[in-house]
Amino acid sequence: MDTSDESSTETKRRIQFAFTDEQEQFRSQLRRFLTDRSPTTEVRRLMATAEGYDPAVWRQLSEELALPGIHIPEQYGGAGFGMVELCIATEELGRALLCAPFFSTAVLAANAILNAGTEAQKFALLPEIAKGTRLATLAVTEPDGNWDPSGINALATPDGNGYRLDGVKSYVVDGHVAAVLIVAARTPGTVGRDGLALFTLDANAGGVQRRLLESMDPSRKIAQIEFRGAHATLLGNVNDGAQAILRTLDQAAIALANEMVGGAQTMLDSAVSYAKLRVQFGRTIGSFQAIKHKLADMLLDVELAKSAAYYAAQAAAVDDPEWPALASLAKAAASETYPHTAAECIQIHGGIGFTWDNDTHLWFKRAKSSEVFLGQPSYHRELLMQRWGV
Amino acid sequence: MSTISAAEVRAEVRAWLADNWDPDMPLVQWRGKLADSGWGMPQWPKEWHGRGLMHTIARVVEEEMANVGAVSVAKSGVRLLAAATLLEHGSDLQRKKFLRRILTGEDTWCQFFSEPGSGSDLAGATTRAELKGDFWIINGQKVWTTSAHHADHGLLLARTDWDAPKHDGLSYFVIDVKQPGVDVQQLKQMNGHASFNQVFFTDAKVPQENLVGRVGEGWRVAVTTLAHERRGADGLQPSALKRGARIGRIHAEERAETEKANQPYKWYPQRAGRVDLIIDRAKETGANKDPYVRQEIAKLMILAKSAEWTARRARAAQQQGRPQGPEGSLGKLAASHVARGCSRVHTLLTGTYAMLTGHESPREGVVAEILVSVPAVSIAGGTDEIQRNIIAERVLELPKEPRFDTGPFRNVRRN
Repeated sequence: MDTSDESSTETKRRIQFAFTDEQEQFRSQLRRFLTDRSPTTEVRRLMATAEGYDPAVWRQLSEELALPGIHIPEQYGGAGFGMVELCIATEELGRALLCAPFFSTAVLAANAILNAGTEAQKFALLPEIAKGTRLATLAVTEPDGNWDPSGINALATPDGNGYRLDGVKSYVVDGHVAAVLIVAARTPGTVGRDGLALFTLDANAGGVQRRLLESMDPSRKIAQIEFRGAHATLLGNVNDGAQAILRTLDQAAIALANEMVGGAQTMLDSAVSYAKLRVQFGRTIGSFQAIKHKLADMLLDVELAKSAAYYAAQAAAVDDPEWPALASLAKAAASETYPHTAAECIQIHGGIGFTWDNDTHLWFKRAKSSEVFLGQPSYHRELLMQRWGV
Repeated sequence: MSTISAAEVRAEVRAWLADNWDPDMPLVQWRGKLADSGWGMPQWPKEWHGRGLMHTIARVVEEEMANVGAVSVAKSGVRLLAAATLLEHGSDLQRKKFLRRILTGEDTWCQFFSEPGSGSDLAGATTRAELKGDFWIINGQKVWTTSAHHADHGLLLARTDWDAPKHDGLSYFVIDVKQPGVDVQQLKQMNGHASFNQVFFTDAKVPQENLVGRVGEGWRVAVTTLAHERRGADGLQPSALKRGARIGRIHAEERAETEKANQPYKWYPQRAGRVDLIIDRAKETGANKDPYVRQEIAKLMILAKSAEWTARRARAAQQQGRPQGPEGSLGKLAASHVARGCSRVHTLLTGTYAMLTGHESPREGVVAEILVSVPAVSIAGGTDEIQRNIIAERVLELPKEPRFDTGPFRNVRRN
């Protein structure tokens, strides 16, 4: 293929403001699947189980829609699409609140391997992830909940031709069901961003103890994992470790922001349709300006957060130099909008919105938990200022 | 609609420009040539100073004009809203009388719609027009009129029937502004500028032939004007001169005209909040070291960037011929939020200096002007509250407001 044509490279690298027809088709196909397979009765059933997902649905998602490998290059067994398609997927999954190990396996682990792994490691690890036959996750944060990799304490000590891992990781998404763990740790005697690297190991290896945490959002399972001299393999090399971790976290922040605007849209839609149905004082409550204006403001909020999430995904897809700053921007925007929209949705529902039987709390809990997952909005706003050089 | 191709149009206009364009010609004379040839408004009908070209092809003409640095027909102020309204609803006599002088820039126009008693509710106008002999006699008051002090003609919405329901009792006229019964007074705003007028009509006269549309159809005609206003037909921007284009005395004349037209709006950038100054101001004041201020700057910049990208999304969808999503209706409300956010953050960055104004205050008074101009954004061109109603009703399809203004207008409660 001729890649020397400058004008075509130029067009390809420009940040897009609209999805292509193919991307829209992919979205509607996925939406149809999720409408069918992830009604809230299923969300409620699965969130009450220990595994937290339905292996049959996951298999279908992998076989029919090739979803876990959507962004994995074809040579590693993926569908060969990129960040935009990955984010369309998370947006739709967030909209339907699908209970599945997608964020852990596809967003966190696959990207970590793509960012850090050697060619041999990519060929060894990615095909099974893309096929959906192997679940994986990334463990970065420790019990103190710090998302800045400089704060990592877990230790990787050279041992023969591998490493021994010691330390505790927490808030590990799907850490209880993943077969492969990718762990961020530092080599002895290093501080800050020096000496950081990613390591892989079998989740059932000796010296690994996993404990399912009680999560406020039961539709996203998180685990604490303790390592005591567990034998691990270095992913890539030590020198690029910090960069690979940051890159993975920034990509994850963009994917999460898109997941969050999907959920926020569900909350807005739910509030609007309830306001059209509910009658008080002889009129639908949607005819009161107090409610109409609230809903108009919610729409504005959601559309603004969508624009940020979409733009960040498009920027990352073309590797625009500003994309890490935009990851923080999009995550901060979504982290304000989603919980606010969910809370307003409860408010518009009134008393019924506060009941367990009403579905609103399912999204509300996802919203609150996502608000702080990968760093709360104030953290990302500060990061944005630093990345913009303010 | 003509089936002529873009390439044919390009060749034709290029040849015409080669024969006719002269940068040293007097401005009005050149614009007369544009108006008579149809090249000034190629998308207008052939019989009225146009060439009946589709908008997409008409753009070719603009490109060719820009290439040689040719000045366009007059476009500033509300003159093009007047023209669009007359093209749609005017009589041939009116079109003949007014359109050419609109394009040459010889006549300036203004719009008499808003009144002290009807701001958001334009159709509640109470300025009255009564037919006496051959003239309509006008009494009442209009407000927020741009350029009335140097306008020749005004688009007037007035009530002709008090027993009809609100929207059915209005009629639409072209009124001669320079007559004894029309008293134009400048309206000084809270920021010290005077960009608008209030206008008092005392037995002002409109000849019968200046009624636009039929009696009682005024609202329908006004909706045309407003639709064009929303589409942004009133360009304040002068056509950019292509580098290397020969500059003649005609350009100086055009510049003077533009400067005069823009003079009342020098504060408009400040009204929008000047988000462009935020980061520089944070650095020059040292406020960028305060973690609280950093958070507030980030919040504002996230909002401003998201609003910008939302507008780009709307444009991209339009360019692809997709139905416009909700993102297309949110720009004005988003702009209000951005402006208010700017006002707040500029104050944070400025601290006690925000007590000052004028030359001794930060940025030669620009910061102070932001603080006292921002309140206009959420009012002008439709208040935030009206915008929310529109978004709720048209985009979210929520029920309409209950009405209390039906029946004969005479009985409707008003100011």
